[in-house]
Amino acid sequence: MARVEGVLTVEEVMKCPGWPGDNFIEKKRVAILECVEDIPCNPCEEICPVGAIKVGSPITNLPVIDGEKCTGCNKCIAICPGLAIFVVDKNHSQRFSSISLPYELLPLPKKGDRVEGLDRSGKSICRAQVEKVVALEKNDKTVIVTIIVEKEFCHDVRSIHIP
Amino acid sequence: MNEYDTELAIIGAGPAGLCAAIEAARLGVRTTIIDENARPGGQLFKQIHKFFGSYRHHAGIRGFTIGKQLLDEIENLGVEVMLNTTAFGFFDDGLIGIYGSGDVLPLRAARTVIATGAIEKPLNFKGWTLPGVMGAGAVQTMINVHGVLPGTRVLMVGSGNVGLIVSYQLIQAGAEVVALVEALPEVSGWHVHAGKVCRLGVPILLSHTIEQATGQDYVEGAIVSKVDRNFNAIAGTQKNIDVDLICVAVGLRPLIELASLANCRMEYISGLGGFLPLHDEYMRSSNEKIYVAGDITGIEEASTAMEEGKLAGISVARDVGKLTQETHNMMSRVIHNNLYELRLGSFGDERRRCKEAIIAKNAGRHVP
Amino acid sequence: MPMRIEKHPIIDYGKKGSVVTISVNGKEIKAFEGEPIAAAILASGIKVFRHTPKLHRPRGVYCAIGRCTDCIMRVNGVPSIRTCITPVEAGMIIESQEYTYE
Repeated sequence: MARVEGVLTVEEVMKCPGWPGDNFIEKKRVAILECVEDIPCNPCEEICPVGAIKVGSPITNLPVIDGEKCTGCNKCIAICPGLAIFVVDKNHSQRFSSISLPYELLPLPKKGDRVEGLDRSGKSICRAQVEKVVALEKNDKTVIVTIIVEKEFCHDVRSIHIP
Repeated sequence: MNEYDTELAIIGAGPAGLCAAIEAARLGVRTTIIDENARPGGQLFKQIHKFFGSYRHHAGIRGFTIGKQLLDEIENLGVEVMLNTTAFGFFDDGLIGIYGSGDVLPLRAARTVIATGAIEKPLNFKGWTLPGVMGAGAVQTMINVHGVLPGTRVLMVGSGNVGLIVSYQLIQAGAEVVALVEALPEVSGWHVHAGKVCRLGVPILLSHTIEQATGQDYVEGAIVSKVDRNFNAIAGTQKNIDVDLICVAVGLRPLIELASLANCRMEYISGLGGFLPLHDEYMRSSNEKIYVAGDITGIEEASTAMEEGKLAGISVARDVGKLTQETHNMMSRVIHNNLYELRLGSFGDERRRCKEAIIAKNAGRHVP
Repeated sequence: MPMRIEKHPIIDYGKKGSVVTISVNGKEIKAFEGEPIAAAILASGIKVFRHTPKLHRPRGVYCAIGRCTDCIMRVNGVPSIRTCITPVEAGMIIESQEYTYE
């Protein structure tokens, strides 16, 4: 699978400027911007309260994430029109990672729900538990769902299925 | 027959027409918008996703929210909006024929903006006329505006942005997109739109096409097949898919009938959808009293339609003496910059080239 | 099958018009006042709006914005009404146009 088929490989994600780098992935909760095409677009840069995302001019530049500055506040997840931003805490606990993702479907999951973790091709690859569901009015119906998955899946799970 | 008089007539209350009205009315031009639909807003109200671009292009805001903001402004400015009214002709003496609620009215306007948008292109395959085969935009109208899902198991034909976005919106509305077929060997729309549906499990079948819609009185299934480099079906690859709705998303073309009746010079620009009225950099058509804006001038996006509408509105204001040349220059520079930004990047290159060609051809310059 | 969308993750469809009754080829269906006739017909599960005069092929809704005339029906005796852009009124009598060319 590859970008031209609609499914990015993890290698393609790691090569894009929205990848914060392995050491920040290991160290903290950090945003991953899976944005790989030169579309004129920059609300992620404009909404980041700490200036951790840079697009600059022209606005077709791919966003660059500064892992040092990123506080994992989730604001960029909600505003990205392409729903292409995720906040991952790889070392959330000894066994588990957490992934915050944008969700715009019904029914909404609830905290504690056991769901399926889907990879970028929609394949169910693991079980996941819903840790948090945040629906803020300013996020205009983009709900931020945080799930817990076993560490080995943290770079692959980008969607959920509620059984 | 009594004539109806206005300073600026705008035909089409979509994003381009509404923005033209706002700019013109703000500058004191008496403006009347005519739209044959029961509600204004054009296709804007079915755009339920958040817009791209930058904050000045309404990035991060859903299309229908932008639509509401525009309508509020129209109301504040006291712009007259004639709904359920069809403009059916342009006549030699400059009159526009309009028809609404059983009355035919000759409309006289000092200037006219034609912002009639676009229509979906059809795809001709066996069974394409069966109920249950609909344009993707048609389905989008039904689900997002009218709250009716025309089917629950869907085949999407075409992986451009419309096909990808409507697939996602069908899932949001509760349908299952059983498959998306694309004749090219790669997704033609933006990756992010494809990514959203792929991770929800929609199979994108590249190098595939629909051969037939099956069913007696309405769609009960589809036959898809793999295609070769010349888009010919490869024997033996036919697959039956169980669907009750087939969406065709194979592109749009400008709706140019009125502009033709008004004798605007047309040119075939394939990169922008087909025949369209030429215009200068200020959206003036070849007919000096007529301006054009939005998808009628070439298939792009709502964001470019809004900018072009603004450009047409201020050009009208300048041409009827309500805006100085100097201020017009300043304001159009800002809008030109906004448009330029929206046409950057590999997806915008072709559109930008085509728009430059339109302006050049309109000016009588040869375009290679 | 076509169906009405009861709840949507993004859209608030707003206050619908009052529920009225209209008849489609003699069958009474419920509809919201003001919604397009075609939407009400589809929501009631009717997919075939008419047949073509020469080959009697079934037709329904195609473009949904009043451009293609696939959805035309006779409404209160007036023929060729584009049902996708014409609003429902209580008591409307809607009929398929079934002509035959000799």
